[in-house]
Amino acid sequence: MGEFRMPSLGADMEEGKLVQWKVQPGDAVKRGDIIAIVHTEKAEIEVEVFESGIVDRLLVQPGALVPVGTVLAILRTDEKGATAVTPAVAPPPKPAGEARPRISPLARKMAAELGVDLSAVQGTGAHGAIEKSDIEHAASLQRAKLAPPLAQPLAVAPSPPSSAEAYQGMRRAIAAAMARSNREIPHYYLETQIDMSVPLRWLEAANQQRPVQQGLLPVVLLLKAVAHALGEVPELNGYWKDDRNEPQKDVHIGFAISLRQGGLIVPALLDAGRKSLDELMAAMADLIQRTRAGRLRSSEITDGTITVTNLGDRGVETVYGVIYPPQVALVGFGRITERPWADKGVLGVRPVLTATLAGDHRATDGRRGAQFLESLTRWLQQPEKL
Amino acid sequence: MTESEIREAVFKVLRKIAPEANLHTLDPNQNLREVLDIDSFDYLQFMIGLHETLAVDIPESDYPQLATLAGILRYLSAK
Repeated sequence: MGEFRMPSLGADMEEGKLVQWKVQPGDAVKRGDIIAIVHTEKAEIEVEVFESGIVDRLLVQPGALVPVGTVLAILRTDEKGATAVTPAVAPPPKPAGEARPRISPLARKMAAELGVDLSAVQGTGAHGAIEKSDIEHAASLQRAKLAPPLAQPLAVAPSPPSSAEAYQGMRRAIAAAMARSNREIPHYYLETQIDMSVPLRWLEAANQQRPVQQGLLPVVLLLKAVAHALGEVPELNGYWKDDRNEPQKDVHIGFAISLRQGGLIVPALLDAGRKSLDELMAAMADLIQRTRAGRLRSSEITDGTITVTNLGDRGVETVYGVIYPPQVALVGFGRITERPWADKGVLGVRPVLTATLAGDHRATDGRRGAQFLESLTRWLQQPEKL
Repeated sequence: MTESEIREAVFKVLRKIAPEANLHTLDPNQNLREVLDIDSFDYLQFMIGLHETLAVDIPESDYPQLATLAGILRYLSAK
């Protein structure tokens, strides 16, 4: 048996509202399928399931606001489990002579509060003992008889909050994450200037060969170069957890996307290191559009291993970022501007980008951070290899 | 195509990108990206939208000529 719980969709999330079930009891699901929509303070998120199996029971009704970790549904994850709870199989007879059901004090208290008739509850614990989850199940069955059926979740789904409320919620979520970051993470900052003439020339030539729909933006080169540089300095790609740095193998770049109505969301471009420039551009376009439409997946919210923020469009030259915990680094890009540039004794004018690294000093030191920026610069000078 | 037809087509594309903007009060000589808060991704979507709606090819090197509404109308009328 597997439990599907309210996921934590970010360092700042304490509770979430179940908006809609995408599955019904009896449906087969596989790892990665979207089975529910959850409303957080930041957005509505399509939540993926971590295990494959059969949906056995839905324990929470759409519209319910529950803490992170609450069991939302039970999955049958293997054949043995499946037969044990298939309704067609008769329940084992109760041991003769048992005057009262075995039940934990917590379950008894819950049953009283929820008005569940204990004689009608089949325990699934040891020796048929009634557990908390059995009471929850029984209570949800009782509610289901009264409430509209789960098959019509939209009928009971709450109306979306007004944009002002949504914005306040988003500000609170950002406030919680950023305050935690400044409280816990000793940041160090490094900054470097990158001559962008070679990559921009390469990009211009590449875009001339392409229809406008397949055009590449400079930021795609930057994202890919970040992924390559993280391959050389993997300590910056991961999480600070339990007082130690845990670098991650896959590079999922959290990409800060600002919303027109205000606020920002940082969903991850999954597997950025393995994508070609074209794939990365398509993935970014898809991610931006889904972020603005409020249709993100839970893995995109939770799996970012580093954050990139690009404020170049806003006329800003240098970005000193605040790390998104539990990540250990943030890369900031400013605007590409023409600047005087001395090279081999000759002064010229070049398009110059200021790249910054905000690093968690618990996880890495300035030297490794500097190696990252060096590597980033080197990769950008070989755009054909990106 | 008349200039007002082109203007309507341009507005139609812009409305998808900046739905909250009041396009009719737009100063034709102001920088569109600044006034409407259009980032480079949205600007690319804008160019794709113009290409698909009006069937014109706009090379990247011409983008500076399309910075203002007046510039866009001038450029597209000449095409």
